[in-house]
Amino acid sequence: MLIMGVMAIAIARIRDLFAVSMLSGIFSLTAAAAYVVLDAVDVAFTEAAVGAGISTVLMLGTLALTTRQEKVTGGKSKGTAAFFVVAVTGAVLIYGTFDMPRYGDPIAPIHHHVAPRYLEKSFGEVGMPNVVTSVLASYRSFDTLGEVFVIFTAATGVLAILGRVGRRRREDEEADETKTARTEDASPDKETAS
Amino acid sequence: MQGIVDAFAPLYAMWQSFEAFMAGPGSPGLLGYWIVVVLMMTGFYIVIAHDNLVKKIVGLNVFQVSVFLFYILMAKVSGGTAPILADGIEKYANPLPHVLILTAIVVGVATTALGLALVVRIRNAYDTIEDDEIQAVEEEEDA
Repeated sequence: MLIMGVMAIAIARIRDLFAVSMLSGIFSLTAAAAYVVLDAVDVAFTEAAVGAGISTVLMLGTLALTTRQEKVTGGKSKGTAAFFVVAVTGAVLIYGTFDMPRYGDPIAPIHHHVAPRYLEKSFGEVGMPNVVTSVLASYRSFDTLGEVFVIFTAATGVLAILGRVGRRRREDEEADETKTARTEDASPDKETAS
Repeated sequence: MQGIVDAFAPLYAMWQSFEAFMAGPGSPGLLGYWIVVVLMMTGFYIVIAHDNLVKKIVGLNVFQVSVFLFYILMAKVSGGTAPILADGIEKYANPLPHVLILTAIVVGVATTALGLALVVRIRNAYDTIEDDEIQAVEEEEDA
């Protein structure tokens, strides 16, 4: 987890976006390793496949369609102000952790509400040794169904947005062929976007 | 097979001493939460201090992972194992946060995909993915 902290700061400093997306992939993978040692193997699987895999691919695809380099923005004062805000928020959050139960404490309130019931009864009720699976697919199946709807909506949204981009690019090429200035073509485009 | 397990023994011993430091009587047992706070604030800093839109989305991802880590830390029970029922094991980690985070990871990737698609769209409309340059273009149009 300390490695993750170092990596996050590196992500903040590096301007080459290709390196940033690679680092965020490694960051996810380290997070997956941390989940394994914290006994959350199912979460680790998902993080390694989805966080480290698919996110990185999406990020690289975006870079291929846009640009690789982050521009140097001369906002020294902005950085200082942001750092101040972040430091204050972080201090408040750390103050909040003093009320948290200690790490790994078995008598923490979180372990005494519904979790023991799942651990005791889920094998008899669902018949799966993996409690995470039986909670996900049986007790909270409507939640999982909702998740599927979210993914469907996101996929529809991405296709709607990028489908427009593809069409616009073809129109742009046609416009370029007829020697129309690209800047004139771009202004009605923005009006439709807003 | 045992050789492979032995090869990882020093790493495991390192982890155990780290765990003892996190949960031990000498330390307040909150180190994990503090690392989470540092990660979260780094993500927050990236989001508010950088103008590049792709960088902002990476910052949001860092923030997100820190929240996941926070939940998983709470689910841990000392001396417990992964919540897969087996004979002769008494203590398990709390499965409920694991389920919630499993859902959250997938939803997080869906929102990331949508955000990146919007970045591509913005780039096509404004020819830049820097926040301040987009604002400059908009002000130019208003004038």
